[in-house]
Amino acid sequence: MKPAPFDYVRPASVGEACRVLAESGGGATVIAGGQTLMPLLNLRMSQPFVLVDINGIPELKGVSRVEGGTRVGPATRQADALEDETLARHLPAFITALGHVGHYQTRNRGTIGGSVALGEPAAEMPATAVSLGATIEITSSARTRSVPADEFYVGPYMTVLEPDELVTGIVYPDWPDGHLVLFREVAQRAGDFALVGLVGALALEGGAITRAGIAWFGMGPTPIRARQAEAALVGASLAGIDAEAVARAAVADTAPFDDHHASAEYRRTVGARIFARALRETLDLRSAA
Amino acid sequence: MSEHAIELTVNGHCHATRVEARTSLGEFLRDGLGYTGTHLACEHGVCGACTVMIDGRAMRSCLMLAVQADGAEVTTVEGLAEADGTLHPVQQALKDNFGLQCGFCTPGVAITMACVTRDNAGVEAPRMEDALTTAMSGHICRCTGYQGIRRAIRQLAGAST
Ligand code: FES
Ligand code: FES
Repeated sequence: MKPAPFDYVRPASVGEACRVLAESGGGATVIAGGQTLMPLLNLRMSQPFVLVDINGIPELKGVSRVEGGTRVGPATRQADALEDETLARHLPAFITALGHVGHYQTRNRGTIGGSVALGEPAAEMPATAVSLGATIEITSSARTRSVPADEFYVGPYMTVLEPDELVTGIVYPDWPDGHLVLFREVAQRAGDFALVGLVGALALEGGAITRAGIAWFGMGPTPIRARQAEAALVGASLAGIDAEAVARAAVADTAPFDDHHASAEYRRTVGARIFARALRETLDLRSAA
Repeated sequence: MSEHAIELTVNGHCHATRVEARTSLGEFLRDGLGYTGTHLACEHGVCGACTVMIDGRAMRSCLMLAVQADGAEVTTVEGLAEADGTLHPVQQALKDNFGLQCGFCTPGVAITMACVTRDNAGVEAPRMEDALTTAMSGHICRCTGYQGIRRAIRQLAGAST
C-alpha cells in the first residue's frame, strides 16, 4: 500500500508553515502525529500535493499556563500530555478522556492538535474541547483568529479551518478547583472510536451545581454540547437531580446516525443509560467523599 | 514527488540514504534496509504488526514516513536479542508460554512489551501486568487467542501464575 505521490516539507516555524499552506492553494495537508491522516493517505482517501510536517516547529509543542486557562500546543504528543502535571492539576477531564484516545502505540506519536483539528465526530478530544469551553487559536499568513470549540466543528472531519490556516494552540479555560469529571464511553474494543460517549465537567458549591459543560461524541456529525442537560443541571441541588430525566434531556440534543456498528436507536438508548450512570457515579463519589 | 536525504540509526547501525517522500518507515525498513523482521499487515494503523521503537517509544511504522525518521534511533525486533543470540526477556517469555503461533504479529508485540517493561521496571506485579495488558490493545493476533500472550505477560510481571 502506498500513498499517492506528494511533496514533503518540514517547516521550522509557524510563519514558514503558513507560507507553504498559502502558496499551495488548497493542495497542502498538515501532518502532525499522522495517526489518523496516514491511514487516509495509505488508503488514498486523501491525496494532497504537499504534506506539511509541523513536527519540527518547537513553538507548537508543550503545555503552558495562560491568563485564566491552560494552553496546549497542537503538536504536543498525546503520551506527553497524559504525563503532564499542569494538565493533571487543571484539566482532569481532559486527562481522563485522553486516556481513551487510541492505543499506547498511537498515543506515542499522535498529537492533541491532530485529534482536535481533524474533527472525527466519534473521537474524544474534539468533544472534550467543546465540553470544557476551549478556544482554538488559528493562524494564516493573512490573519490570526480564535474560534470557540463550539463553533469550530461543522461536520464529520469538517471544521471552519481554511486551507491556508494552521491551528497554533488550544486554550482550555480554568474550571473551579475540585470540579468533577464526567466521562463514559462504549466502544467495541479498547482504543476503538466510541459508538457513543460523553465527556464533561461539573462544578459544585454548597451542594448545588454552579457550572456544567458536557458534550457527546459519536452522537452526530460533530461533537454535540448537551445544552438542555447543562441548563437542567446548573443551579440544581444534588438532592434534587433526577439523573434519568437529565439524561433524556441530554439525548434530546443529539443527532446520531445508523452505521454498520450501531443504529441511531441503539446510540440513543445506550447514551441515555451511560449519561445517567455517569451522573450518578460522579455525584455519589462526591457525596461519599 | 520530493526525495529526501535521511540519516538514521537502526539497531545501532547508521544508515544514510535517500527516500521518496511517500515511503512509509515500515516499507523503508523492510525493502530499503532489509530489516524484514518488521512486519506490515494492514498498513493503516489497525493491527500493530509493524510496531518499532523510535527514540525509545513504541510506534506504528506504517503510520510514519521514512523521511520523518531522519535523525531517529530505531530499534526493530532484530535489535532486541543480545549479540550472542540470548533472547530479550520478552522474547523468552513469549517463547516459554506459546505466545506466538505464525509469528506475524509477534515482532510488534515484542517491541511493545520491551518498551512497557522498561518503562515500568521495578513496579509490583499487578501494575506491570496491567500496563502490559492495556498496551496489548494496540495489537491484533489472529492465532493465539491471546492466552499465550497473557501467560507471557504474567511471567514478565513476575506474577505467581
Ligand atoms: S501494519 Fe501498521 S498497524 Fe497494521
Ligand atoms: S501469532 Fe499469528 S498473528 Fe499472532
